[in-house]
Amino acid sequence: MIRAKLVSLALTAAAALAPPAHAESGWGDLNLTQGVTDISRKIYDLHMLIFWVCVVIGVIVFGVMFWSIATFRKSKGAVPDTTLVHNTKVEIIWTIIPVVILIAMAVPAARTLVEIEDTSKTELSIKVTGFQWGWNYDYLDDGVSYYSHLDRASNAARELDSGIDPHSVEHYLLNVDQPLVVPVDTKVRLLITGADVIHSWWVPAFGVKKDAIPGFVNEAWFKVDADKPGLYRGQCAELCGRDHGFMPIVVDVRSKADFAAWLKGKAAQPKQAAAPAATPAPAPNAS
Amino acid sequence: MAEHLAHDAAHDDHDHKPHGWRRWVYSTNHKDIGTMYLIFACTMFFIGGGAAMLIRLELLKPGLQYFDPQFFNSLTTMHALIMIFGAIMPGWTGLANWMIPMQVGAPDMALPRLNNFSFWILPFAFTLLISSFFVPGGAPAGGWTMYPPLTLQTGASFPMLIFSIHMMGASSILGAINVIVTIMNMRAPGMTLLRMPLFVWTWLITAYLLIAVMPVLAGAVTMMLTDHYFGTTFFTAAGGGDPVMFQHIFWFFGHPEVYILILPAFGIVSEIIPTFSRKPLFGYEAMVYAVASIAFLSFIVWAHHMFTVGMPLAAQLFFMLSTMLIAVPTGVKVFNWTATMWKGSLSFEPPMLFALAFLFLFTIGGFSGLMLAIVPADYQYQDTYFVVAHFHYVLVPGAIFGMMAGVYYWLPKWTGNMYDLKLATWHFWLSTIFVNVLFFPQHFLGLAGMPRRIPDYAVQFADWNLVSSLGGFGFGLSQLLFPYIIWKCVRGGVRIGNRAWEGAHGLEWELPSPPPFHSWTAPPSDAVIARGAAH
Repeated sequence: MIRAKLVSLALTAAAALAPPAHAESGWGDLNLTQGVTDISRKIYDLHMLIFWVCVVIGVIVFGVMFWSIATFRKSKGAVPDTTLVHNTKVEIIWTIIPVVILIAMAVPAARTLVEIEDTSKTELSIKVTGFQWGWNYDYLDDGVSYYSHLDRASNAARELDSGIDPHSVEHYLLNVDQPLVVPVDTKVRLLITGADVIHSWWVPAFGVKKDAIPGFVNEAWFKVDADKPGLYRGQCAELCGRDHGFMPIVVDVRSKADFAAWLKGKAAQPKQAAAPAATPAPAPNAS
Repeated sequence: MAEHLAHDAAHDDHDHKPHGWRRWVYSTNHKDIGTMYLIFACTMFFIGGGAAMLIRLELLKPGLQYFDPQFFNSLTTMHALIMIFGAIMPGWTGLANWMIPMQVGAPDMALPRLNNFSFWILPFAFTLLISSFFVPGGAPAGGWTMYPPLTLQTGASFPMLIFSIHMMGASSILGAINVIVTIMNMRAPGMTLLRMPLFVWTWLITAYLLIAVMPVLAGAVTMMLTDHYFGTTFFTAAGGGDPVMFQHIFWFFGHPEVYILILPAFGIVSEIIPTFSRKPLFGYEAMVYAVASIAFLSFIVWAHHMFTVGMPLAAQLFFMLSTMLIAVPTGVKVFNWTATMWKGSLSFEPPMLFALAFLFLFTIGGFSGLMLAIVPADYQYQDTYFVVAHFHYVLVPGAIFGMMAGVYYWLPKWTGNMYDLKLATWHFWLSTIFVNVLFFPQHFLGLAGMPRRIPDYAVQFADWNLVSSLGGFGFGLSQLLFPYIIWKCVRGGVRIGNRAWEGAHGLEWELPSPPPFHSWTAPPSDAVIARGAAH
């Protein structure tokens, strides 16, 4: 089994640039997602920019180090130049250059951050409450509110020694009973809070991670591209107790028309009993 | 001359050293206390490492195979607390005890009884902390960062956690006071501040950081204690308190703490690279100022640990910029180390090998740190395995390798014997290869979306977790060589003279190996000091 994995590692290393053969394989998952929002792409670009800056600096610095290690060896008869102990000019140069690089990095980062923090002109507001262990979604203007938990198949398979192979469960640990449903091409504002301890609502494809803190209401927003409806998955990102690893987030992004129809149907349904957050019962599969 | 001194030293040994258990329990000798600190740190390194092995065992493949998630959370929490407060910090104090008096030309630490006390607090603190595994509710499981309200849910181990933190903090503060007083008052005449070895400099600055921030941590956990037992609501929103305030206070401690863990390693590497390059440290003064700048900046960057809590834009921008600034003095250090090797005459004994691994791998940790400073990108990295990879790169091949480099550098001085260089070289290669197999894939896992502190994960994370776990087991097993090599060296080996390494400079190399029980009973002459401070 392990040998098979190692062989597969070698094979994948050879074809590291090729896309993963199938969705379940993790060898090709090496980088951040570009995501499906303008902001997530800007974050990805910043990530790649700083990554390449680091690579270039790394190549130069490590290059000099390797060169020194290879060249100035006692075993090759290198004689130390003990007069080389100080050079103010050099010290100033290698202080100034990093400062310039950092300023060059800070400008686009600050610009994107200003955009991220702009929560004006939102079109839909949803209150998100993290609790031990799941999420509550409350469509503030439409009277729709429901809980979202780890789905039953994952929940059965994740028990200690369950005997169920996680590979046989679809979207193991990344599936919920009721996803958050939102429309495409709409600036959705999330009002994020915590019911008991601190959680963190994170969907990588949206570039949104915000802590859900009791007593605080944090704001975040996303606007999914018009041509990118679909299911997007994330997880709680702040340690929140025993089942921290088992409170995924699924966002079902639908066309505006589908979303409107869903919301209408959902509003017409009898309200889900406002169960106390601390004792969530697996809700029947809706949507 | 050397033999004569060595004979005197042996004589000295027999005359003044108490025997049996009293020698250790009542010890006021900087070397004996240093040894106890180092043995303690090594023990904690293996206990904390054992917890890490269990963590990697559960993460070997998806699905829960061995542990309840609560116990898994206890393992991650205790792994961090034991490694930070039990392994790295006492390890540095042990090296400080051994080396600072020898390096500044003093007979002993300034405050020997305080020294004894600060060490003997530690076994009690960690007995209290580790025994919390056996109380109802298990060991603390809220993370080493102890964020409320989660940590307020801790069971019977809650007060054990708080009081053990208090004890560790007291021990660290006393140790730091001793270091400062020793350096300020016990330097030999002629050992001016700017003649001090970098290890002494970095420890001096570390000691000030400790005194500044350990009380802050003690305050934070005490407020949590009163929240739990006395009805205060410092951190409870329902009573008008503020859970985020804890995070601000904690990280005001926590970020300088990061530099407490790494600065002495900077010092050691600054001693080792010149020795094995046979060339003085390049830019000595710049190195001192860089460490001081890093220490200052460490007080104004704390909130970069909490970009996702929802801070005002201005605060996020400030902490992003101040954090990026740290890259400047850190870069100065890396460049100066590299310039020290330039046109040197390099040889690659184990201390140099570990120092070089430090140089490369700490720099990789620095790069990921720079990436984490970019706030919008940090939103994606925060609380993922990318962060886990980052801080393990700076702490394992950073702090731990720095410490091992120091032990391999000074072990011949301490024992008078050369250790098994071949075996230590094996230890180096195994550690360096496995540490990368262990931690490098965690960058991929984090970027692909795996949160930290989870006992089980989605199947697309399985492949790299398997690699990481195998690397972890390899790394863990390789470390068993370390105490074996030390043990073998203590038992015997090729005798060495005063100067264990051809290019070594500094007052410690002017003393016999092993040095006398009281290091410099008469202060070294100015000529000897000048010879040592060859920079």
